[in-house]
Amino acid sequence: MQLLPLKEAIAAHVHDGARVALEGFTHLIPFAAGHEIVRQRRRNLHLIRMTPDLIYDQLIGMGCASRLTFSWGGNPGVGSLHRLRDAVEHSFPQPLTLTEYTHAELALAYQAGASGMTCGFMPHHADTDLDQESSSSRHAVSCPFTGRPLTAVPAVRPDVTILHAQQIDTAGNVLLRGIIGAAKEAALAAERLLITVEQQVARLEVDLNAVVLPSWLVTAASIVPGCAWPSYAHSCYPRDNRFYLAWDEISRERSSFAAWMDRHVLGVRGHAEHLRLLGVAT
Amino acid sequence: MTASVCDYTADEIMTVTAARQLPNGAVCFVGIGLPSAACNLARMTHAPDLVLIYESGAVGTRPTVLPLSIGDGELAETATAVVSLPEIFAHYLQRGRVDFGFLGAAQIDRYANINSTVIGDYAQPKVRLPGAGGAPEIATFAREVLIIMKQTPRSFVPRLDFRTSCGYLTGSGARAATAAPGAGPRAVITDFGVLRPDPDTDELTLSAVYPGITVEAARAATGWPLKIAARVETLPAPDPEDLRVLRVLEASTREAQARPVRIVLPAAI
Repeated sequence: MQLLPLKEAIAAHVHDGARVALEGFTHLIPFAAGHEIVRQRRRNLHLIRMTPDLIYDQLIGMGCASRLTFSWGGNPGVGSLHRLRDAVEHSFPQPLTLTEYTHAELALAYQAGASGMTCGFMPHHADTDLDQESSSSRHAVSCPFTGRPLTAVPAVRPDVTILHAQQIDTAGNVLLRGIIGAAKEAALAAERLLITVEQQVARLEVDLNAVVLPSWLVTAASIVPGCAWPSYAHSCYPRDNRFYLAWDEISRERSSFAAWMDRHVLGVRGHAEHLRLLGVAT
Repeated sequence: MTASVCDYTADEIMTVTAARQLPNGAVCFVGIGLPSAACNLARMTHAPDLVLIYESGAVGTRPTVLPLSIGDGELAETATAVVSLPEIFAHYLQRGRVDFGFLGAAQIDRYANINSTVIGDYAQPKVRLPGAGGAPEIATFAREVLIIMKQTPRSFVPRLDFRTSCGYLTGSGARAATAAPGAGPRAVITDFGVLRPDPDTDELTLSAVYPGITVEAARAATGWPLKIAARVETLPAPDPEDLRVLRVLEASTREAQARPVRIVLPAAI
């Protein structure tokens, strides 16, 4: 584990064309890392995430991605991700190739990737048109023991997974608390693991069975308080639902989106300045 | 009719009617939006022991305000357990531990198959919708499914643009022939009334309407020739106590969503 400023961690480990998963299911979404990828103008990324959320709307709208693997692409409880829609419906700012799963399948695909499997299995296939349209290539197979039908879902293995967490200790062990989604599976499926974290502590004070990623699994870590805003970090700050509602208007038009990104992401040096400019932090 | 008891919106009677479908003690996998409002209303009124599961991994959650997303912190704080996403889908849903799945969608057909993926062609969509999420497996593995949707000719369509999640497929036992573990949609709750599958053909049939709603109006809001039950029940107006609880819940939700977030950064950065 190497402790690096976020700018250096992204420069060293996220390259053009890479398969990149910024995970965190509604919770602990590493927004600051996404913004740093935008500032460093990465191109042709294959973005992977169960719920693209606002952070991938921003990366897609800024032209960083040419492929997206996902299972639900909306603004939760609000409606559409307008930049994602513009890319799919009008190829703006560039075409976006979709690989589309269900949540259960993508969770299984990460788990398979994390287990060194080439695929994972489900007992009964959900009857969906995704079979015909998607490039995710599910296969019907038979159980070798019972002969019963199974569905095989190919593993997902990102080049780099980026997670946000609440704490890291001085040895580099990382603690995640609260809703965990498939973050651990996405981390263990990846070749490299980047961590952003709220704070560094001398020692993690946790019960047995807490979600701790040992330091030797972590490629690099960056201390970025407030990194998950406008999503949240449980016990640090709540989800900014007001901003999720406001994003609908900000992102609806290409021009209002571009102006917001110019001022609040490209126009700042880092996340603390971003939060202060928005009046979220003082 | 006095205004204080009988004035209610279409959303309100839909939500109250949907809530009444859930028996106390059932285990329910909840979608966001109207399903979430209905499930929490049921838990706060006639079904205090309803076990609510959200796909974010919150099991047995008892939120005091409705979450905006399926992963709001409130859901984790009030849950019996918070488990991982692979676990919620594999160990709870797939293993057959969920009684009811509660879904919404953009389009539905006469056999209760639903679309939440695209309007138009998949490769060149007119409108790209959010997509599948947990719905296909909920529709497949939950013992029964409830669907809540507003009824219009644009949403109740003769042919889906895309089948995201299966209902009864082509009807007349087609779903049962696939050996899907769950029985399929038991009811579709709309802003006109309730549709239920015909026991032989699986075709959605208007079985109940709200006070003041005519069968003709429900028919006109449907994009296919709607089948009507031999006897169409008229449902009661929402119980005043249900309405009161729902309105308090929605007011506290609006207040919570408007609350500003402040982050205190360390002085050094």
